Amino acid sequence: MGKERDQSERTPGRIEIRITGFGGQGVVLAGHIIGCACAIHADKQATLIQSFGPEARGSACSATLAVSDGEIFYPYIRRNDIFVAMSSEGYEKYHHELRDDGMLIYEQDLVHPTFKPGQKAAGVPSTRIAESLGRAIVQNIVMVGFFAGVTRLVPEEAMREAVLGSVPAGTEELNLKAFSAGLDYARREITTPTLDLKRPPAEGVPA
Amino acid sequence: MNPDLVRDPLPIPEHPVTPYLRMERIPHVWCPGCGIGTVVKCFASALERTGVDLEKVSVVSGIGCSGRTAGYLRLDGFHTTHGRAIPFATGLKLGRPELLVSVVSGDGDLVGIGGNHFIHAARRNLDLLVILINNFIYGMTGGQNAPTTPLMARSSTMPFGNFEPPFNLPHLAASSGAPYVARWTCLHIRRLTWAIEEAIQRKGFRFIEVIAPCPTLYSRLNKLGTGLSGMRFYHDKAEIRHGADTREVAIGFQEPIICGKFVDEERPTFNELMDSHYGKVLGEKYVPMPAEGGYLHG
Amino acid sequence: MKADPAGVLTGAHYLDGDFACGEGAMAAGCRFVAGYPITPSTEVVERISRRFPTMGGTFIQMEDELASMAAVVGGSWTGTKSMTVTSGPGFSLMMENIGLAAMMETPCVVVNVQRGGPSTGLPTMVGQADMMQARWGSHGDYEVIALSPQSPQEAFDLTVEAFNLSEIYRVPVMFMMDECVGHMTERVVIPEADEIEVVPRRLTEQSKEEFLPYRLNGHLVPEFARAGDGYRFHTTGLTHDERGYPLMSADCQEACVHRLVDKIRGAGDDLTHIEEDGTDDAEVVVISYGITARVARMAITMARERGVPTGSVRLIVVWPFPERVITELAGRVAGFVVPELNYGQISLEVERLAAGRCPVWHVGHGGGTVHDPEAILEKILEAAKVAA
Repeated sequence: MGKERDQSERTPGRIEIRITGFGGQGVVLAGHIIGCACAIHADKQATLIQSFGPEARGSACSATLAVSDGEIFYPYIRRNDIFVAMSSEGYEKYHHELRDDGMLIYEQDLVHPTFKPGQKAAGVPSTRIAESLGRAIVQNIVMVGFFAGVTRLVPEEAMREAVLGSVPAGTEELNLKAFSAGLDYARREITTPTLDLKRPPAEGVPA
Repeated sequence: MNPDLVRDPLPIPEHPVTPYLRMERIPHVWCPGCGIGTVVKCFASALERTGVDLEKVSVVSGIGCSGRTAGYLRLDGFHTTHGRAIPFATGLKLGRPELLVSVVSGDGDLVGIGGNHFIHAARRNLDLLVILINNFIYGMTGGQNAPTTPLMARSSTMPFGNFEPPFNLPHLAASSGAPYVARWTCLHIRRLTWAIEEAIQRKGFRFIEVIAPCPTLYSRLNKLGTGLSGMRFYHDKAEIRHGADTREVAIGFQEPIICGKFVDEERPTFNELMDSHYGKVLGEKYVPMPAEGGYLHG
Repeated sequence: MKADPAGVLTGAHYLDGDFACGEGAMAAGCRFVAGYPITPSTEVVERISRRFPTMGGTFIQMEDELASMAAVVGGSWTGTKSMTVTSGPGFSLMMENIGLAAMMETPCVVVNVQRGGPSTGLPTMVGQADMMQARWGSHGDYEVIALSPQSPQEAFDLTVEAFNLSEIYRVPVMFMMDECVGHMTERVVIPEADEIEVVPRRLTEQSKEEFLPYRLNGHLVPEFARAGDGYRFHTTGLTHDERGYPLMSADCQEACVHRLVDKIRGAGDDLTHIEEDGTDDAEVVVISYGITARVARMAITMARERGVPTGSVRLIVVWPFPERVITELAGRVAGFVVPELNYGQISLEVERLAAGRCPVWHVGHGGGTVHDPEAILEKILEAAKVAA
């Protein structure tokens, strides 16, 4: 294994995503919601892989998604098209995997990326937004909302359904609020779905 | 020959426990003077006295001389792997809760190789009747040291005498949570029968230790004479002390054997705890396993 | 018969392979599970322990895997469908009582979510190195059935099939999942209960007087009586006669053990479950199973793009091995390529059947991740080159 090879070749119709953060941020749940939105509430296939064991309990957690219009064979990702970084350690560990024309989505208070020409980047103060809603724990759902607005990977309704179906009973309202806050932030601050990195990410927390 | 002297032979009355045995398998494998047959007889008598529905009684044994018990009783009988009679019995009880599940096996089987299962089943208070026949030695394999061999007693693998401290089984059972703990010897036929009868009517992890002679190995290696000498020893050295503190009933080599019922308490069984707990937290959503099991009806 | 709706979670779900396997078991009618926690299999019993109390099922976490397997054999003798779930180290501990299940002819399912070994190995990472253990792991001669799913959907579908086969043949069925499939989340569609075919325990209709637990009645698989139905039967792990009584003789051994082997080996095509693709005009055929079959599909596509006629045989039932199919192919293809996450297990079986008529290329590594498709491609191209 491990032979040198060209991995820049894309499989048509396939998008590879990595989501990373620290333990407790809900990395896997975020991945699960995006995957579920694609595979259950939209007309796509989505394979979610999560890292387990000590790694999952440590600082840099990660989940990967392969999303495709057709059948998915190879389950792991090789170069990600979209990289969601919710912690600086996760960013450091995985940012080299992002394709040269890929998109970085990041927690702008926690991650300070090195922008690369050709790559797109969109930041969101998801923790502060979550805190403004009263619960920092929904930071991941704010990020999912932001992801939905920035990538437009699936219709936002699909993503909303997936949030509803994946969060614990009794927390639906809060989580939907968090989702909308993230989505609104993307709509308000990010004018195009594929943001050019030369445009500095917007600052500030929505009221 | 005087025809008056020739009479029809007296009809031999059927042994009272014959209906409980697989007579086609008699003679059994046990040696002359062995105590296991006595336990089988007491178990059968106890079943008769309680009048339980024999169709609902299972007997499970492990491996070894005592492990053959399941093979001679005319019940649903399971002769399983070495040490695993208790977990096998656990499956029977949980798979069909209405069964009366009994385990009859030896000391090496139940507390040597199977010791972990023994303490956990007692801890959970699984609804099992466990009769452990303790002959202080591994009989089937030729007299090797057991976790019950008294200090200084000889075995084929402790030819210079045993230096490992043995288990005190009633204490092991009681301290693991067993609500019913008793010990008798093979000489105490009536008391053993009564104890089994009583234990059948109790619930939870019921433990009866029966001290039994092994004339072929334990007695021979230790120059203790025949099976009859063993009985005489029990007669002279057994001491009945109901309610004795189980910390004080350990057995030393050729020392007095404290017998009696040591523990008889009521504690909720695994199944009762499960039912009441799920009933409480799940309410009407809780569907318990039907008494006759989760068999899928065609 | 159709599945009991109480155990069927009809709908489209986003589930990982472990959860899907648990759902498959419940749909199949499993109502007793005994297990011991071990990564990466534990999610199966976590799912079941949450759902069982609402459907009349009992889960017990035993003190170890020896006890888990013994309890499952006991549970199954009540007629309640029973299963245990584990991974490599626990699978090793279960072997003795898997042998008991085989000897007593006890229907049950053993799930092994394979991780890297030997010993504690790679608890959280994928392996496929228990395939031979699944077949030969317990001592003595016996046969089992083993299945290998390639996706969460198959983890559901094939768990139902595993239960059905265990009932038909009265054998322990090894469900040889792998960590990758177990921890991979995908869309899983669970049909309506009345669309799921399940095989109930075949209970004897003979009278209590005439019934013998191991007497054959026109079929290599004897009829079953469950504990508590009044048959008062005996069964044992010792070599036994048709009464279930121990009988220590070479003749009895022949009758007893030969049948354990025959009832599976003799099933032939009934137990062949493979997915064949493009083998008709293939030069090279890739034989794979589980997660590796999905990776191999990529390599096969790449090979075809490069003009090599490449076929695929995916093993769904791995044991018994599809001997007829592989033997036939060996006579007309230029070579087999067998990728698997071990240093050569199923490839040995392929070599045995190829019997020198065509080369067999094993592509293996010790696990921890799946293959690079390029590594499989390389062997396909090499096999094609040798052929040319």
